[in-house]
Amino acid sequence: MQKRVVFNNRLLPYLLLAPQIVVTMLFFFWPAGQAIYQSAYIPDPFGLSSQFVGWGNFEFLLSDPYYLASFKTTVVFSTLVTVTSMGAALWLAVMADRVIKGSSAYKTLLVWPYAVAPAVAGVLWLFMFNPNVGLVAWYLGAAGYDWNHVLNDGEAMGLVVAASSWRQISYNFLFFLAGLQAIPKSVIEAAAIDGASFARRFWTIVFPLLSPTTFFLLVVNIVYAFFETFGVIHTITAGGPQQATTILVYKVFSDGFVGQDLGSSAAQSVILLVLVGLLTVVQFRYIERKVHY
Amino acid sequence: MSGMVEKRGLGTWLTHIGLLIGIAIICFPIYMAFVASTVTQPEIARPPMPLLPGSHFIENYTAALTQGINAPVWQMLLNSSIMAMGIAVGKIVISIISAYAIVYFRFPFRMMFFWLIFLTLMLPVEVRIVPTYEVVAGFGMLNSYTGLILPLVASATATFLFRQFFLTVPDELAEAARVDGAGPIRFFLDILLPMSRTNIAALFVILFIYGWNQYLWPLLITTKPEMNTIVMGIKQMFPSGDDIADWPVIMATTLMAMLPPVAVVVFMQRLFVKGLVESEK
Repeated sequence: MQKRVVFNNRLLPYLLLAPQIVVTMLFFFWPAGQAIYQSAYIPDPFGLSSQFVGWGNFEFLLSDPYYLASFKTTVVFSTLVTVTSMGAALWLAVMADRVIKGSSAYKTLLVWPYAVAPAVAGVLWLFMFNPNVGLVAWYLGAAGYDWNHVLNDGEAMGLVVAASSWRQISYNFLFFLAGLQAIPKSVIEAAAIDGASFARRFWTIVFPLLSPTTFFLLVVNIVYAFFETFGVIHTITAGGPQQATTILVYKVFSDGFVGQDLGSSAAQSVILLVLVGLLTVVQFRYIERKVHY
Repeated sequence: MSGMVEKRGLGTWLTHIGLLIGIAIICFPIYMAFVASTVTQPEIARPPMPLLPGSHFIENYTAALTQGINAPVWQMLLNSSIMAMGIAVGKIVISIISAYAIVYFRFPFRMMFFWLIFLTLMLPVEVRIVPTYEVVAGFGMLNSYTGLILPLVASATATFLFRQFFLTVPDELAEAARVDGAGPIRFFLDILLPMSRTNIAALFVILFIYGWNQYLWPLLITTKPEMNTIVMGIKQMFPSGDDIADWPVIMATTLMAMLPPVAVVVFMQRLFVKGLVESEK
């Protein structure tokens, strides 16, 4: 944790830490404290006073069908995003690992979507599937399928999942490829000599050896789907139709800023804080285990 | 490398074809956006839109850059650049000095500070939007670069990365510096900082992309179009009613919004991968 050789200076370390600590206090701990405080109150409509309700906001939320629906939407959404983007990335990584010629060109061509902002990914996919002018929507129409994600819940969900997964594939691809390349080739060759088919080698040798990478990516992708896909949802569906794509983070935003329901929004923030905390603990447990290997 | 025992040939071809199909699917949305940015609006409004680029490239990009829809795109690009640079440089500076304090000094409450920084990992902006907005509004920082940058510059990840790196620096270096009579600031500037070059560069690439791609935060605190960043400004370009959006200009803007971070990833790929892997440790 620390050096044997250290400098002796009473004031300097505090000065060096000051900027980080000040910013952290002002913009992290103070707002988080405010969220916890506000979650126990209901402000009156004019914002002049607020009434202490204790766990009232939480009790209300947990019996509110809209909030529970948003919970379910988040679970469905993040499961679909995680499975789609990890599945596609693993498939591409396995192939990229097999090729010898041109693998770095493939890597470059697959890595760049990571740099595309979720909101930009949203606009790109919205354009292709726009019910009026979108190219894919038009060809679907020509093929007899009437695409309209503005009205259809399932299509809206499909579209936000596609845009969110598209952007995350490159991240997963990089880590899967690194994981695959770390597996000793001799192990796989030995199995090949024994006559194991590619599929069999993959499921019995490669996939189990990849499990640390897979687990790590699982946590990262869930965090991504929960918290970083706001831009995708806001640009494509704005949470609709009705509330079909309102994930938890989107609901904090729409209740807090659009609906001005501050007590409820604060309570939702606190619930999300607990979720992030749990995910962080899971992540660190995993890293700890990796260190012990 | 080619020591694989199994027969190559058809399998290799299939692998290449599979990869190319994957790449084609991944690149398709960008290609369509590019086509849309080179045609006229009526061509898009009467579907199906063309599949090959048109001849209005310069026209559409000029229109976007100089006029845009709410604000000219050059201004949003400038705002994004300032925000991304401010966040990347700010995070690196305050993280490297706090990591230095934690590793190279012994002082009361050291561990408390360490945990305070650590806890911020659990507080993403998305989770505390309303109260953070209130704090920033209270400081009068709405519609300002300070408001865009300052709340996002604390970084537990960058602090840990530098801490990790400093711990691998041999103790003899600090010892030698002390024997030579160099103080802590000299040692930091002359020895530690030059040694951290690659780490700083790798982190810069990741943080620049992070800053550039911010969406929710600028959406909340910039209400004036001339303070919009490009990533959040695109959504504001869509008409609210039934009017047909000016797709060619919007798509030209979308491509310009992704160009800087994509260029960073493509041209600094090695640093990018290093930064990505290290910041996840």
